[in-house]
This record gives sequence, structure tokens and C-alpha cells, in this order.
Amino acid sequence: MTVNTAPTVSATRPRQAEQPKRRKGKSAYPYWFYLPAAVVYTALFLIPTFASFFFSFTRWTLTDFTFIGLDNFVQFFQEPALLKGLTNTFIYGVVTSTLKVVLGMLLAVLLTSQIIARGYLRSVIFFPVLLSSIGVGIVFTILMDPSKGMINKALAVVGVEGPAWLVDPAWALMSVALVDVWKGVGLATVIYIAGIVSIPQEYFEAAKVDGASSFKSFFNITLPLARPATATVIILSLIGGLRSFDLIWAMTKGGPGFTSDVIASVIFKQYQAGFYGLSTAGNVVLFLIVTAIILPLSMFLNRKEVEQ
Amino acid sequence: MTTALKRYGLGALAIAVTIVVFIVPLAFMALTAVKDRREAAKLDFSWPTTFNFLENFQDVLSARKFMLVTAFINSTILTVVSVTILVILAAMVAWILQRRRSRWNGVANFLILSGLIIPPAVVPTIWVLQSMGLFKTLPGLILIEVAFGLSFCVMLFRAFIASIPKELDEAAVIDGCGPVRLFFRVIFPLLRSVIVTVIVVQSVHIFNDFQNPLYFLPGDANATVQLTLFNFQSQFATSYNLLFMNILLITVPPFIMYLFFNRQIVAGMTAGAVKG
Repeated sequence: MTVNTAPTVSATRPRQAEQPKRRKGKSAYPYWFYLPAAVVYTALFLIPTFASFFFSFTRWTLTDFTFIGLDNFVQFFQEPALLKGLTNTFIYGVVTSTLKVVLGMLLAVLLTSQIIARGYLRSVIFFPVLLSSIGVGIVFTILMDPSKGMINKALAVVGVEGPAWLVDPAWALMSVALVDVWKGVGLATVIYIAGIVSIPQEYFEAAKVDGASSFKSFFNITLPLARPATATVIILSLIGGLRSFDLIWAMTKGGPGFTSDVIASVIFKQYQAGFYGLSTAGNVVLFLIVTAIILPLSMFLNRKEVEQ
Repeated sequence: MTTALKRYGLGALAIAVTIVVFIVPLAFMALTAVKDRREAAKLDFSWPTTFNFLENFQDVLSARKFMLVTAFINSTILTVVSVTILVILAAMVAWILQRRRSRWNGVANFLILSGLIIPPAVVPTIWVLQSMGLFKTLPGLILIEVAFGLSFCVMLFRAFIASIPKELDEAAVIDGCGPVRLFFRVIFPLLRSVIVTVIVVQSVHIFNDFQNPLYFLPGDANATVQLTLFNFQSQFATSYNLLFMNILLITVPPFIMYLFFNRQIVAGMTAGAVKG
């Protein structure tokens, strides 16, 4: 590697680093450094993404395809099983990210205040983030068993009859969403903690001198000034929530029936069934939904930040 | 008085709640993993009457011709190789992107953002892998993890490189340093702290990955640990102790990472929280 660069060494001067046009290829910052990453990224991410737009209009067997126009998309919006996946994706994304924002904020305020055992609390809340979704999913599937599971047994002790969780069509998706929050709230919390500790202490002191209650200083100082953290938590958990697959697949496989299917699980089911075109159409739909939600939202959240 | 009440009362309440919500499920997992089969089947939260750690451990490992051992080897190779490639490639991209202003910057930024947001298209990726002869192979999956992880890593590296003074590069160039030497001998060592962060965050992520191995490396022969767990789910349906021992074992590597690199993990995952 070093042999190649020998001529470059003698010819390059610091100034020329800023003039890439005059001495192409002799800059201290050569473009070919992009090359290895660009090749992998193009081959395995960009090309498939572009190809997905094409193949979503076809009936596809990987070796052969026939063009069928919008049929795949029509099927996606007409078949109840697939449509359910679409609405569930929205519900799941919104529920998980809302809960993560609210709980993460509250926990962060609690953990930045003067209470005992902050180190323990922080570690224990964050640890599930590092667990495998499949492991967490299996453990909670067992804990949520309607009759034998620990959760309902514990609820029975206090006189509450728990729902059937994963086997109840009305509860299945919400149950998975709750487990998702259990696993992910630690990340939201540490992001908020980072945001809150970056707020200068003077603001809180000044507010205190002026007689503001802690309630007031939360809404008028912490909440607005932790806005970048809020933006990060919302964007991250929405991206994760809309694409979510692991936990749903480990806990319900989209069941009972297809009541807890999301687009990501529909994509996998259609792929398994050999409907490659339809599966790819699902990918395109997911792509459009994610970008249609994330792009305006992140622009909105970031613009407000500048105005302040 | 009220501050003391808040300090201890709220703290004690928080401790109690976290024990119920977080510690109990984890303890349930660990306790069930060491019970014998009959006791584990009751699925209750109780102290095991007999500790069968070793038997369960051996049973899980030897199940299906030591598939879990193979899976651990596969997952280790996958994690180590893809994280190594990721670190080098992402640092190279981030360095040029941060240092050399050009018309490519806009394109590169756009592509990095796309990589963070766009869900990868599954079947077309399989189609590409198949045409390269890499579908259902470990090298194929390694390249997939690299491709999908690049954006995040470049972002982390870039923020860090911005804090390294440019004069350093210039001094090295005057001393006769070519780009390759400048990068690998001067810049790369300076990135140590962010490299540790990237390594830790990405290895936990890739070790825990389920979806990509499921799609791109199916089959029992070269299963990764997350897939074994999923495959064992039906096989161990009646022996919860073994299922939970399996979960316990694959939790150990991330747990060790957490013990040693707590700070770096949190730093890597909260990057962007302050700047937005």
C-alpha cells in the first residue's frame, strides 16, 4: 500500500489539498477512499432499493418476471390481511414512540434530580436495550400466557383479571408494543438525560429565584430546551417502530390470524410464500410510508429548533 | 424535609418499580434456566429446588449436534469481521467527507441519510446476492451488515473527526506523508475513543441481529445464535429450562460488553441528542 503512494508524497503540498481541480488524485484526501464503502453500499443497498421499485410492478420468480402494472399495490390495499398490516404499522409506530417519549422524558427528569440510587436505576433501565429481541420476545410470550403466565397471576392477586394478551386479537398488537417499550425505553431515557444535562444550570437557578415551581420550570425550561433530544427520540423510535419485525415475529408471528401483522411481517410472509413481487411491493409501501412520515417530521422538528 | 422525602421516598419508589418491571423478568429467565424440566414447566417465579445449571448447559450445547456451538462460532466470525470492515471503511469515508469540501459532499450526505431511514428491500437484495453467488453464505451476510451499518458509523466518525485540527494533516503532509500513511498512521490512532464506541455499539447490534440472518443466511448449517434460539423455540416447547438456558447464554456477550463499555455504549447511542 505504501509503495503506491511514494510519488504522491513528494508532489503533495498542503495548499494543494484545497485545490482538488489542479492536481487531481494528488490531494491528501483522495476520492478513492470512498471507493470500497461505495462499492458495498451501492451493490447491496442502492441497487436493491432502485430495483425494488421496478420489481414491485412485476410477478417475479427471481429468474423470471412478468410486468403486471399496479396489481401488487392494488392487492396490498384491497386484501384485508395486507391492509391490516398497513394500519397496524401506523398504530405500532405511533404507540411505541409516544410511550417512549413520555416515559423516557419522565424517567430522565427523575434520574437527573437528586434521588438515591441513580446509578442503579440508570443501568437497570438501559440494560434491556442490549438484549436480543428474540430472547425478550420469548421470555415475555411466556410471562404473558393468559392462564399460566406470571403477569396475569400477579394481576389476579390484586384482584384484576388480566387480558389474554397475545392470544386476544384486540390486545395482541398492544402487548407486543408494550414489550417494545419495555425494551426500548432505556435508550430514550439516556438520550433525554444527555439532553437535560446539557441545559445550563443557570436557567433553573434563575427560575428558582423568580419563584417558579418545579412544575413550571419543567414546562418552560426543560421541555423546550431538550427539544433536540425529543426530536432524536421521536425520529429514532418511529424509524424503529415502523420497520419493526423481530419482536412481532418472535411473539405472535402476526397472529392470532393476521391481527398483529405489520408491513415488515407481511413482507416476510409473502417472501416465504414465494410471492416475490408482492413482497417487494410491500417493501416499496414501507419505504414510502417511512419517508413520508420521517422527512417532514424531522424537517419540522429541526426548523423549530433554529427559530428559538 | 421535603427534599429529603423526595430524595429517599421517590428513590425508594423508583427502586421498587424497577425491581418489579425489570429485575423480575430477568430473574425469572435466569431462575427458570437452572431449574429441572418439570419444575420449569410450572412457569412460576420461585427459587429452584435443585440447581441444574451444568446439566442444562450441556443439554443446550449438545442439542441438534452441537448446533449452538456452531452458531456461536458463526456469530463471532460475523460480528468480528463485519465490525472490522465497518470501522475501516466508515472511518475512511468520514475522513474524506469531513476534510475535502466538494460537490460530492451533498450526494454523500444524502446517501448517508437514506441509509439511516430507508428500510432495505429484501427480495431485491437476495436477487443481487444470488447473482454474486453470495446468497446463503457467511461472506454475503458480512457484506450485508457492512452495507446496512455504514451510514450510522460514518455519522459517528464524522462528528469526531471534525474535532481533530486540520493543521495536523498539513504537518504530516509537509513531512512527506502520503494519504494512506497519513490516514492509517496519523489519523486512525487519534480516532481510538470513537472507534471503541463504534465497535461496541455495532457488535452488540450485529450479534443481536435476527432479521438479516433470517433472510440472507437461512438454513441450519450456518445458523447464527439468534436464529438457533428461534429454531429451538418449537423444539424446546416442553422444556422451558433449556429454552431459557439458551436465552441466558446468548445474553452473556452483550452483558459483558455492557459491564466493560457502559460509557461508550451510551455515548454512541446518544450521539446527536444534544446537537440534534
